[in-house]
Amino acid sequence: MATTTADFEVKSHDSFGLRLQHLLHGNPVLGPLAVLLVAIIAFSIVNGRFFSAANLSLVLLQVTVIATLALGQTLIILTAGIDLSAGAIAVFSSILMALFCTDAGLPGPIALLLGLACGTVMGAINGALVTRIKLPPFIVTLGTLTIFFSLNSVVSNSETVRGTDMPGLMTWTGESIPIGSFRLSYGSIIMLLLFGFFAYALSSTAWGKHVYATGDDVEAARLAGIRTGRVLFSVYTVAGLLYAVAGWILIGRLASASPNVGTEYNLDSITAVVLGGTSLFGGRGGVIGTLIGALIVGVFRNGLQLSGVEVVWQGFAIGLLVLIAVSLDQWIRKVKT
Amino acid sequence: MTTPVLQAKDLTKRYGRVVAIDGSDLELYPGEILAVIGDNGAGKSSLIKALSGALIPDRGEILLDGSPVHFRSPMDARQAGIETVYQTLAVAPGLDIADNLFLGREERRSGVLGSVFRMLDRKHMRSEAARHMSELGVATLQNIGQAVESLSGGQRQAVAVARSAAFGSKVVILDEPTAALGVKEGNRVLQLIRDVRDRGLPVILISHNMPHVFEVADRIHIQRLGRRVAVITPKTHSMSEAVAIMTGAAAPPENPA
Repeated sequence: MATTTADFEVKSHDSFGLRLQHLLHGNPVLGPLAVLLVAIIAFSIVNGRFFSAANLSLVLLQVTVIATLALGQTLIILTAGIDLSAGAIAVFSSILMALFCTDAGLPGPIALLLGLACGTVMGAINGALVTRIKLPPFIVTLGTLTIFFSLNSVVSNSETVRGTDMPGLMTWTGESIPIGSFRLSYGSIIMLLLFGFFAYALSSTAWGKHVYATGDDVEAARLAGIRTGRVLFSVYTVAGLLYAVAGWILIGRLASASPNVGTEYNLDSITAVVLGGTSLFGGRGGVIGTLIGALIVGVFRNGLQLSGVEVVWQGFAIGLLVLIAVSLDQWIRKVKT
Repeated sequence: MTTPVLQAKDLTKRYGRVVAIDGSDLELYPGEILAVIGDNGAGKSSLIKALSGALIPDRGEILLDGSPVHFRSPMDARQAGIETVYQTLAVAPGLDIADNLFLGREERRSGVLGSVFRMLDRKHMRSEAARHMSELGVATLQNIGQAVESLSGGQRQAVAVARSAAFGSKVVILDEPTAALGVKEGNRVLQLIRDVRDRGLPVILISHNMPHVFEVADRIHIQRLGRRVAVITPKTHSMSEAVAIMTGAAAPPENPA
């Protein structure tokens, strides 16, 4: 009798775990979404000010730059790559845009387009090194990270360009439209539109399928007739453009272009992607998860601050979340049929 | 005599001083399953790679329906109607069955949705995928939107074979399709291979598994030391005779082909 009971207990426990594993495997967004909702509810209970329109607009504003960076980062991580230079490209692009206005005296729209083009070229350089010279993405972007930051200091003389010295278009991303007492910045609107666009591109176009197939198994994708080199190159190039857009949003957020910000952006963007359930091993995940992942980081930072937790412990909490997320991903990947 | 669908003449491939294929011939006739067997290093995978465009031979020619072809990439061979299923790299595990069937040749929606928004015609691809799978009698797969990684090894192989049968217009090449499978699933895949032939597509089957080869092959091409030493049939020769020829323990029969 005792044996039967024990058997039954083990079985029912297994089947619940397996069912959860299958559920998360089929719907990778569910985990991050649950974490986000629990965090929002918990912080709302701890501090009444958390769930106010003013504070929630602040959270969204705070995550906009990281979310845009993380969008580009997601595309790259889906191909089983990684981009350590994301933040460097964003900051360097923002400096270039600002200097095109002030030093070169170009009109706002031209300076913006040139700045976006520069970011795209930086992404394309990463892509070319990964696909042509076939270096590991980690090494390539480690190198370009250092190069872009260095060039950034050279070009800017390590000086900040004030927003008031630039045309209004440059800082427009920081302006916002009020919806009740919620304030939605133009930067956040751009970010959300980009997420919508890439959610569509990944799920409903051949390019999206090829990105997933390349990340899943690059050799199988190549033998299926996909030009994997082109797919990878396009992903790094598009990511470069997205980082430059993040740079533009950054100017609006800071009301200036500063070469000395953003050293933490590189890793923060990876954090958002991982928390959003996209696998570092490629082929699994998506941009909606990343948006949720970025919001998790924002909600935790803001909520812990409002709860009176010292800043130094915020990093600890986020780091813990990352480790849990990656462990969860490993477990989900081992799904059995 | 009928023209071979696919013919290789005097194919040679060297890697430095190593000769992978040494003037090898091959003929595949309409409506047959031709098994290619050989010991490790006999050059069968190099031969197959040359036929599927994954390798460019140094010498010799390949004829498709009697006219010479020059494949520079696997894409060239596919466009000419030769579909190859590779042993371990058959499918993209994260994508679903329909996506895998159409991987690399997705169909877009008609009109603006397709031309401007690049939207895939998922509905059509799914119904086509379901049709191909059921035509081949792969009835175990109820859900065409199921991720391939949730399938068993045999089901994955079935997806890969279905893809090659659906798009291959001339020849289907299968590299060790039953190698990683259990007995039951292996038999199912063998039946699938027969179904492909019965639909009119000739099949080249590379396999180490003698019972499987003798069960489905119409003719057996024996590769040894980079060249074809014999072509036998399961009716005229036994398994042990085939192995003896393959390993050089027995002299090949007088007249190959």
